[in-house]
Amino acid sequence: MPELTATRPANGTGRRRGLVQNLFWGVALTLGAAVMLFPFLWTVITSITPDGTLASGPTLVVEDPTLDAYRQLFDAMPMWRIVANSFWIAIASTLFQLITGAMAAYAFTRIAFPGRQAVFAVYLATLMVPLQVLVVPLFIQMTRAQLSDTYFALLAPSIASAFGIFLLKQAMEGVPRELDEAATLDGAHHLRIFAQVVLPLTRPALATVAVFAFMGSWNSYLWPLVVIRSPELMTLPLGLATLQGQFTTQWNVVMAGSVVSVLPIAIVYIFAQRYIIAGFAHSGLK
Amino acid sequence: MSTAPAPALRRPITEPDPSSTKRANTRRRGLRTLGWALLFLLPSAIPLTAFTLVPMISSAWVSLHDWNLISPMEWVGLENYRDLLADPRTRDVFANTATYILGYLPLVYIGGLGLALALNRTMAGIAFLRGAYFLPVVTSWVVVALVWQWLLSPSNGLVNTVLGAIGLPEPGWWTDPAWAMPSIILASVWKDLGFVMVILLAGLQALPQEVLEAARVDGAGAWRRFWHITLPLLSPSTFFVVVISLINGFQVFDQVNVMTGGGPAGASQVVVGQIYDLTFRYGRAGDASALSWLLFALVLVITAIQIRGQRRWVTYA
Repeated sequence: MPELTATRPANGTGRRRGLVQNLFWGVALTLGAAVMLFPFLWTVITSITPDGTLASGPTLVVEDPTLDAYRQLFDAMPMWRIVANSFWIAIASTLFQLITGAMAAYAFTRIAFPGRQAVFAVYLATLMVPLQVLVVPLFIQMTRAQLSDTYFALLAPSIASAFGIFLLKQAMEGVPRELDEAATLDGAHHLRIFAQVVLPLTRPALATVAVFAFMGSWNSYLWPLVVIRSPELMTLPLGLATLQGQFTTQWNVVMAGSVVSVLPIAIVYIFAQRYIIAGFAHSGLK
Repeated sequence: MSTAPAPALRRPITEPDPSSTKRANTRRRGLRTLGWALLFLLPSAIPLTAFTLVPMISSAWVSLHDWNLISPMEWVGLENYRDLLADPRTRDVFANTATYILGYLPLVYIGGLGLALALNRTMAGIAFLRGAYFLPVVTSWVVVALVWQWLLSPSNGLVNTVLGAIGLPEPGWWTDPAWAMPSIILASVWKDLGFVMVILLAGLQALPQEVLEAARVDGAGAWRRFWHITLPLLSPSTFFVVVISLINGFQVFDQVNVMTGGGPAGASQVVVGQIYDLTFRYGRAGDASALSWLLFALVLVITAIQIRGQRRWVTYA
């Protein structure tokens, strides 16, 4: 149990009540957290059972733990390739979204060009269009350009994101204009102000956008499902769904695949938790 | 909304120009501004145009045609829309989507609110606990859906094993038409609880403590304080959660595709699943495009209604 600290260090009885309350909530919330984490734990456990048919029903103790399911998994699919695909596509779309997003946000906050409001409205409109509306025509477009079933097709829809642009624009509005005016007087042009004044001051927002972009790409399912056919171009969600079809009775192999696909994002999550939660909180407060 | 500041500052110092050169200067400055704007905007404008705007317009175009993705398109006007509106399948998939939303939204909101209230305290290990509830949010739907499909396995899944052990009926979760949608709702609520929790937690932490304290001093009990102060002051966060969840709810697909594939017997088929099947299983791209525009229009109207209606119940402190 976690060590308890009182919420309200008022008088003696208040403190005791706080302690009892915290003890109660500590126990309740830990139990709840166990329920939330249990499926993950069970995924790991099943992946190391020798027999994944579940014939004996669920168990928490594995008699003869084995990594056999992982061997089968890597034999059945080009898993290293699939992990690498997910990874590079996620990195590339994150970088592209940061660059295109930061530049657009800079233009919208710092360059007074004619029609700025109208252009921004169009950008915002693209935020409202669900991917599902775009999937069919985008697929057709890619097929016509003979780009379907390529890395480019996987990446294309996530090169720029209106959501990231919006978030970065909000952050750049908060950078004091006196700073870039001073830089302008020193003879700096937009590229310099962008790179040396505005970007460094929007680092938290950039980190939030980076985390969202990475997660979005890593977990994306519908678009890869539509545009990718070759096993060696698959990303993890797609590979997993395919795996489910191949190993309908061997859950240990499917769960080994789940572990392989959750592990990297769980690691990213642990390091980025602060930014993710701050990012969500920020978007919620508006 | 400051323009390029340097010329603006220089202007009063320079001698008054003859008006023709002045105009030429202004034009040159305007061109330079436009040049900078293009430089900064093109990297995002090109992909957004190519991969969002153009497909959007061409989707509207395709929706007015009969097309199987291979042979030439055939103009049919609004016939696809008429057919869809007359087809009972359309009503079914919209009804299933509505069932999903009506089951999902109250559960995820009440659950998320309860969690946010419980987690809004200073306590050792609170960051870990918040993190644990949030982990499913970052996990891909495919993994979550696979794990849930398996937890809810009718013959030997954990849930039915436990239910059986305590003598309760063991439903055929995703294999029984009556239970397929509840299974999907259950998994979705579990996955999204952390998201709602974080947004409401942020709202709770922004509440003015003086007001709650004043009510406490005035003798208002915990329940009264919750109903008359906390909940109304949380309305902006609630509004955000409801708008986002509704938009996402109409677009539900990943979990359905992995858990039930829309079955059994179409019992859990949702609108996006139908769009996918129409295109890639039946080669009816025209109908699929029309259906996606119906969906888009519906989401737009409902979102607009919510934004207009927010004045009635959302209080910005």
